[in-house]
Amino acid sequence: MEIKENIFTNDEIVISIKDLNKSFGKNHVLRDFNLQLKRGESIAVIGKSGSGKSVLIKCIIGLIYPEKGSINVLGQEVTELDHKDLDRLRVKVAFLFQSNALYDSMTVRENLEFPLRRHWVSTTKQEVDELVMEALANVGLAHTIDMMPIELSGGMRKRIALARTLIMKPDIILYDEPTTGLDPITSREISNLMVDIQKKYNTSSIIISHDLSCIKITANKIVMLIEGKNYAEGTYNVLSTSNDVKVKNFYI
Amino acid sequence: MLSKPIIDFFNELGSISKFGFRFFREAFVPRYEFKEMIRQCYFVGYKSLPLVGLTAFIMGLVITIQSRPTLVEFGAEDWLPKMVSVSLIREITPVIAALICAGKIGSSMGAELGSMKVTEQIDAMEVSGTNPYKYLVVTRVVATTLMIPLLVLLGDAISLYGGYLGCNIKGDISWQLYWNQVFETLTFGDIIPAVLKTFFFGYAIGVIGCYKGYHSSKGTEGVGQSANSAVVISSIMIFVIDLVAVQIIDLLNLT
Repeated sequence: MEIKENIFTNDEIVISIKDLNKSFGKNHVLRDFNLQLKRGESIAVIGKSGSGKSVLIKCIIGLIYPEKGSINVLGQEVTELDHKDLDRLRVKVAFLFQSNALYDSMTVRENLEFPLRRHWVSTTKQEVDELVMEALANVGLAHTIDMMPIELSGGMRKRIALARTLIMKPDIILYDEPTTGLDPITSREISNLMVDIQKKYNTSSIIISHDLSCIKITANKIVMLIEGKNYAEGTYNVLSTSNDVKVKNFYI
Repeated sequence: MLSKPIIDFFNELGSISKFGFRFFREAFVPRYEFKEMIRQCYFVGYKSLPLVGLTAFIMGLVITIQSRPTLVEFGAEDWLPKMVSVSLIREITPVIAALICAGKIGSSMGAELGSMKVTEQIDAMEVSGTNPYKYLVVTRVVATTLMIPLLVLLGDAISLYGGYLGCNIKGDISWQLYWNQVFETLTFGDIIPAVLKTFFFGYAIGVIGCYKGYHSSKGTEGVGQSANSAVVISSIMIFVIDLVAVQIIDLLNLT
């Protein structure tokens, strides 16, 4: 397994979002939203529930199509890709779902093998086994390989979901509320795991979260999404000292 | 001016039709999900057989026992195997088996896909390079379309056996004579149209069950509603298809 040496951010833009607009009926969730993610960077997007944070990352992965605006991921315009090209792009962009989205009817091994087999990755049985074991070792759950998701605790399921996102060795990981519903200790473990993964594989990430302790550990930068726009941007420390009432509300 | 429930009804009908027609666009182009299709055939066919078989057996037995007094009144007791076999093969077994499957399979598809929808498993499939419609819907609709006619054929045989036992509870008819009378009466015109309509029953059960699950609203309540409405709509559709099929069979003079 190749470990990327460079763990620092550089100026290569891996995700560039310009003037993104998305509405559901009369509910205009994203209004001219802009964001740029550099290679190796971690950006946390915070905002109230229903403010369009999850919609934003689902637009990035092509699960939801915006009405207007541009989403450029690794040099490709997501809204213009056909199904095959979108699938190819999704090999490089992983998504950690809020509810983990582990397939209930499959074992942990089958859950991890699923993206490998479905993305037509030409690997032998031995290579698949090695990749599965490596992904599980990364999250410290190699012993659960033949267990069903229902047999695992919430924290373990989150780790397995994280292992599944890693199996394709993505360039970018999109985290949708990675610590929601977890106790503070498990939440911290998951946050540390996210940092370890980023260091090991030099991934770039967008993290949707309400959990400030997770954001403090994992994000280089915070974007505050209010009324569909990027209301404020900055590091954790810069925003925590802001005098703006709306920004301060998040830090109370 | 149409009221909202009527507009909603036609909107739903349109959405189900669109969802159902998509099956024909997706089913005949690669990638083919054979492994998942076989798995679904096993669940739909093999796992439903005991229930369909038991119901068919009881229907055969009960219809025979209940028909006997009327035929005795007219001195036509000898016609019991003939009358019962035609009723069972043409109408009772196909419709009862389809209704049982609508309850068992329709609800399980609605609940399974509904829970996959609310726990984002369908989205996860899509980002894993899988067309969820092909993987989840096409495989299930193929399974119900192929397996329900098979279940009905097996149900036919079991219900006729129930009819034989029913004839012998108060009467006395030999095994040989019973089957001779049954096969003297039955023609391909009775069996083929009755089996052909079950392909449509199976397609309707698969499409409606998958549609309700696939479009389940958020939350556990939504999953329950999907399962429930999948059964209700499938059952109604079975009667509608049956009504249309009977008219067509009658018009074409197939019986």
